[in-house]
Amino acid sequence: MASSVLGSQKTLKILIADDNQSDRMILQNIVKKQGHDTATAVDGVDAIEKFSEFRPDIVLLDALMPRMDGFEAARKIKLLAGEDLIPIIFLTSLSDAESLAKCLEAGGDDFLSKPYNRIILQAKINAFNRMRIMHKTLLRQRDQIAEHNDHMMREQQVAKTVFDNVAHVGCLGANNIKHLLSPLAVFNGDVLLACQKPSGGMHVLLGDFTGHGLPAAIGAMPLAEIFYGMTSKGYALGDILREVNQKLRKILPVGFFCCACMAELNFEQEEIEIWIGGLPDCYLVQGDQLLKVASNRLPLGILKGEAFDARTYRFEMKHGDRVYLWSDGIVEATNAKGEMFGEKRLQQVFEDNLQEPNLFEKIRRSVVDFMGEGGPSDDLTLVELTMMPEKELGIENNYLTNTGLKGPQHWRMAYELCSDSLAVFDPVPLLLQIVMEVPGLRTRNGEMFTILSELYTNALEHGVLGLHSKLKASPDGFAEYYRLREERIRQLDGHFVKVDVRHKGAVAGGVLTIRVEDSGKGFDYQKLDGKLPGPTCYSGRGTALLLSMCSRVEYFGQGNIVEVDYEWQA
Amino acid sequence: MSITTSRSDDNAELTIRIKGRFDFSSHQEFRDAYENPEGPFEQYKIDMTETTYLDSSALGMLLLLRDYAGGDNAKICITNCNNDVRKILTISNFEQLFVIQ
Repeated sequence: MASSVLGSQKTLKILIADDNQSDRMILQNIVKKQGHDTATAVDGVDAIEKFSEFRPDIVLLDALMPRMDGFEAARKIKLLAGEDLIPIIFLTSLSDAESLAKCLEAGGDDFLSKPYNRIILQAKINAFNRMRIMHKTLLRQRDQIAEHNDHMMREQQVAKTVFDNVAHVGCLGANNIKHLLSPLAVFNGDVLLACQKPSGGMHVLLGDFTGHGLPAAIGAMPLAEIFYGMTSKGYALGDILREVNQKLRKILPVGFFCCACMAELNFEQEEIEIWIGGLPDCYLVQGDQLLKVASNRLPLGILKGEAFDARTYRFEMKHGDRVYLWSDGIVEATNAKGEMFGEKRLQQVFEDNLQEPNLFEKIRRSVVDFMGEGGPSDDLTLVELTMMPEKELGIENNYLTNTGLKGPQHWRMAYELCSDSLAVFDPVPLLLQIVMEVPGLRTRNGEMFTILSELYTNALEHGVLGLHSKLKASPDGFAEYYRLREERIRQLDGHFVKVDVRHKGAVAGGVLTIRVEDSGKGFDYQKLDGKLPGPTCYSGRGTALLLSMCSRVEYFGQGNIVEVDYEWQA
Repeated sequence: MSITTSRSDDNAELTIRIKGRFDFSSHQEFRDAYENPEGPFEQYKIDMTETTYLDSSALGMLLLLRDYAGGDNAKICITNCNNDVRKILTISNFEQLFVIQ
């Protein structure tokens, strides 16, 4: 009778409970002959005791027994077995449907009618053994899944902590920001970053990575690093977006990208600048006016550097005006009927509640109510930014105390550009870059550029090349000036421009001194009046610009050396 | 540095966009942009959204455009300047000569 069916050759422990001694003996014989171990019980109470001692794999249980019948015993045995599947086969001489059904209702798995047919008995034992093994496998796999899931949750928790340390060094707690973001949002791809600019104002970025889980979280790390690093160094919104775009394009596989909206709040000028690529349109509430700001750029991480478009919108924002950003979770929130919340409903909420001070909560409520009970509310990302006086933000302006942002305070450099190099190299960007290493000066990069550019241009064009700005008196003269510049610069020999830059830090600011010397003939600087020329003069503004930005402009020698002081306060 | 232009649908306005640093190196390109064979136009718009810095030679170039476009009657609007660019324009009193938005 050997069978190859899974598990049938294994010795099973089988408990036989029957108050009839001869029936019990017959059954025991049949089962033993089939190679199984047996234990016997004489009634229900005995069956429960033997069950605990013997730990059988399968129980054969007579329905009608003294002290405790099989039905009661079956219930207790199932209770004792707990999660394990211990198949119970009722032994019964009853044959009416109701009694047989009662056997199964009590927790029995099958029944076997007396007199016993050994072939059927064996087939049933084998079948239930297969079920028992399947059940065991199922339990083991369930436990494995639970364990893996626990493991993953622990890992996500650690990853989240790391991410929080990177991403949430910013100022999301500022009084002008309200946001809704799932605690594990990084794993559904949503990122919200906010950081104050050193010169005042604030950058906020909401990003939504394609995909979920690890790929999204990995992309969010460099995004956060670049955002915070560059914002606190004073970089402009466009520069940051370009850098992020390039970085994400490099690291993310094709098809993965980051839909984003970045805003710069200028609290002083009550202005907002918005770049929006791939995220749903955002809304600006200006007084009682609602303005939809259309998403008009490609997401970050798609276009090559030079093709990336960092152009932005600019809007006036009075104190109390608000702007709302969200990822597609809100628009795509689905109710029990499978309908999406959609942009129409969202716009309606805005139109109905424009004067409502807590519009943010109204929107949240509407979406949650729409989804009804049990909606996946952890996928909703919503941000409200309010324009208010900067001093009311309620956050410490501590960007300069952050490690690494102190930068060099006391330094000096000398740079000399000679002969033909004057024709092929423009040192201004290089000098600007060195000066920008002083964190406090980063926010003044426009002024710094103009000062360095004026000084160097004067030294080169008026000094070394001997060009006179009077040439620039007419449009044609202007062109002639630059033609001559081009011509003379090719024939230089033995000339130079020396630039000497010093910076001295003070408690909350510093002085930058720039000295420029050229190999030209100089000029009569006594005649300089530093006044701005009229609108018909195309030239002569350089010195006036220098005088207005620098605390000292001094000429030396025959006019071929100039030294300026630029004082700044944090 | 690059300069691009576009015309309004009614051909009345020429928009000149300046990307990056606006200094002497843009002179020829800027001049080519406004000395359009189809010009002069009624109005000019200088879009400085992506202009990072400018210096005094750029100021000169703006004045060249102003004269080309009719001097005191020129209608030129400079838009979307960043704070640094605006500061330079302000120091030079260019608000008196251009509409700066």
